Amino acid sequence: MGTWQDAMGVKIVTKGFGVPGSHKLSVYTQRGGFQAFPKALTWQPSALTDEVKKSNLRGRGGAGFPTGMKWSFIPKDAKLTYLVVNADESEPGTCKDRELLAYDPHLLIEGMLIASYALGCKHAYIYIRGEMMREARIVQEAIDEAYAAGWLGKDHPAAGGGGTFKLDVTLHRGAGAYICGEETGLLNSLEGKRGWPRLKPPFPAIKGLFGAPTVVNNVETIMNIPEIITRGGEWFAALGTGKSGGTRIVCVSGHVNKPGVFELPMGIPFRDIIYDVCGGIPNGRVLKGVIPGGSSMPPLDASEIDVPCEFDALMNDPRIKDVEVKPGVPFDLGGGRRLKSMAGSGGIVVFDDQTDIVALCARIMAFYAHESCGQCTPCREGSGWLARLCTRLARGEGEAGDVELLANIANGIGGNTICALGDAAAWPMLGFLTKFRADFESRVKAAGTAPLHKSLPKSVEGAA
Amino acid sequence: MPLEFSAQSKQQVARLLSRYPTKQAALLPVLHIAQEEFGHLPDDAIELVSRTLDVSPAHIFGVITFYTMFHREKQGRNELMVCTNISCMLRGGYDILKHIETRLGIKAGETTADGAFSIVEEECLAACANAPMMICGEKYFLDLTPAKVDAALDDMRRRWKETQQGTAADARTLIGMGPGGKV
Repeated sequence: MGTWQDAMGVKIVTKGFGVPGSHKLSVYTQRGGFQAFPKALTWQPSALTDEVKKSNLRGRGGAGFPTGMKWSFIPKDAKLTYLVVNADESEPGTCKDRELLAYDPHLLIEGMLIASYALGCKHAYIYIRGEMMREARIVQEAIDEAYAAGWLGKDHPAAGGGGTFKLDVTLHRGAGAYICGEETGLLNSLEGKRGWPRLKPPFPAIKGLFGAPTVVNNVETIMNIPEIITRGGEWFAALGTGKSGGTRIVCVSGHVNKPGVFELPMGIPFRDIIYDVCGGIPNGRVLKGVIPGGSSMPPLDASEIDVPCEFDALMNDPRIKDVEVKPGVPFDLGGGRRLKSMAGSGGIVVFDDQTDIVALCARIMAFYAHESCGQCTPCREGSGWLARLCTRLARGEGEAGDVELLANIANGIGGNTICALGDAAAWPMLGFLTKFRADFESRVKAAGTAPLHKSLPKSVEGAA
Repeated sequence: MPLEFSAQSKQQVARLLSRYPTKQAALLPVLHIAQEEFGHLPDDAIELVSRTLDVSPAHIFGVITFYTMFHREKQGRNELMVCTNISCMLRGGYDILKHIETRLGIKAGETTADGAFSIVEEECLAACANAPMMICGEKYFLDLTPAKVDAALDDMRRRWKETQQGTAADARTLIGMGPGGKV
């Protein structure tokens, strides 16, 4: 296996970026589109799942779960199955799916055709974030084109699945709720309910949309499928590193000279992303830290940026400090497992040494407090409590014991809720306290430090 | 008189119903259609959707209040969704929000007296690499500066006046559906 540098410049899902008319079917087919799907139809569905397993493709929405394994959980004798594409991108710092949808909707449709054939799905849904009206129009026009051209809604001869395969695709708009990006919250929303996450088990692969076995995959995940079928799972696996195949899209924002959405080699170190790809930190300032995969993930401090941007490295690399409940006491993920960070959704947020860490954290907590669905008490009450305390500290009005209280509350949320939104608030809270504790302690009233940030989150103003 | 959908909306609803195995699953798209047609979702709109989908008004009320894009109150014609989440905050998102509030003389969550603008302080809108930013309908306003905001607001105000005088077509949102679901 080579190094990450070997994959520099390889484009799988961003090939359409910047190509005039890339969202149109005619341009997509000119570029070689809709060749992988006919090839896939000559395979047995189970062989496709095996190929995706071989590719080491891992879910690009946040959890990094092996996609082929997810597909293989669908019961073999299922009469009715669903594929749902999660296009509810809303993790703060993440802006890749929106661009992927706008530039290359037909790549998504072709990926959905292949995935649906592999899963025995006859009607697939795309759940797109409500606010993305422009992208919804583009994707809808692409769906209409695919129907008109006979890719959708028409029988195709196939090696498996009874000799023919036909797929319908429906675009479904959300209506503004971060929690609908959680796969079971999404399914409830798609069924016309509040987006309340469901208790698991049963997992969606057994009992999902309308009670049928369902696979929910992220946009970027599905867009990788055609290339895996064209060039083979082994090629895709070799492109990546360790147990993570393919490339990785990162969305870099915050204090860098050249923010953007980039398709990069899996495993490229954060240092190379920040200083080479994104041109370093502006205004002659120095790096304070980086959120490696959307605001749910514990931050890295400036000494930890040599680790690779890859799923397993961010969870296990010894160069990343364990997230702690208090100094010297690591947070327990269950069974004594330690928390470092995670690659999450690829949303990399860089912040410099002039950043008001406490205000930044207050804004993150205000977000989770606003988006908590309200089902579980630890998350509903705890996230608001964290937001109010952080806001109070950011104002320089913290009380003695506030820093310890923050950690206590966060520790009480983590692992104690139906879905991961509770963890999404607790983990960064504990992570920021572990890496930047002095910033918080200096904001206790007695410390007498004036607030650095004048504008505090409106959402929590007056609540503290 | 109970509220009714327009003929065009009725057609859209019928097409939507063919896309789902249950009527209730069409609730979010049908609420989008209703809000587009009536501007917001008052009680009689809830009644109408309830009759259309055989779903109880109580359930619909619960759904409307769960999602931030559904409004029980009338909104301004131009709903400015201004992101202040971290990527925007780090690059001056709050200063942009303050600038808009000052320009329009209203706070986030409010609507101008003439009904031309509403301001919504939004969570991350997935354009972080172009922070600070806002959206209005289908239009993105990226890498914002106060000058860019001023130009955008002037343009929207001009278009809004044309709409008021009936000289401009202004299609603002769209509805997701299957084949032929043109806007």
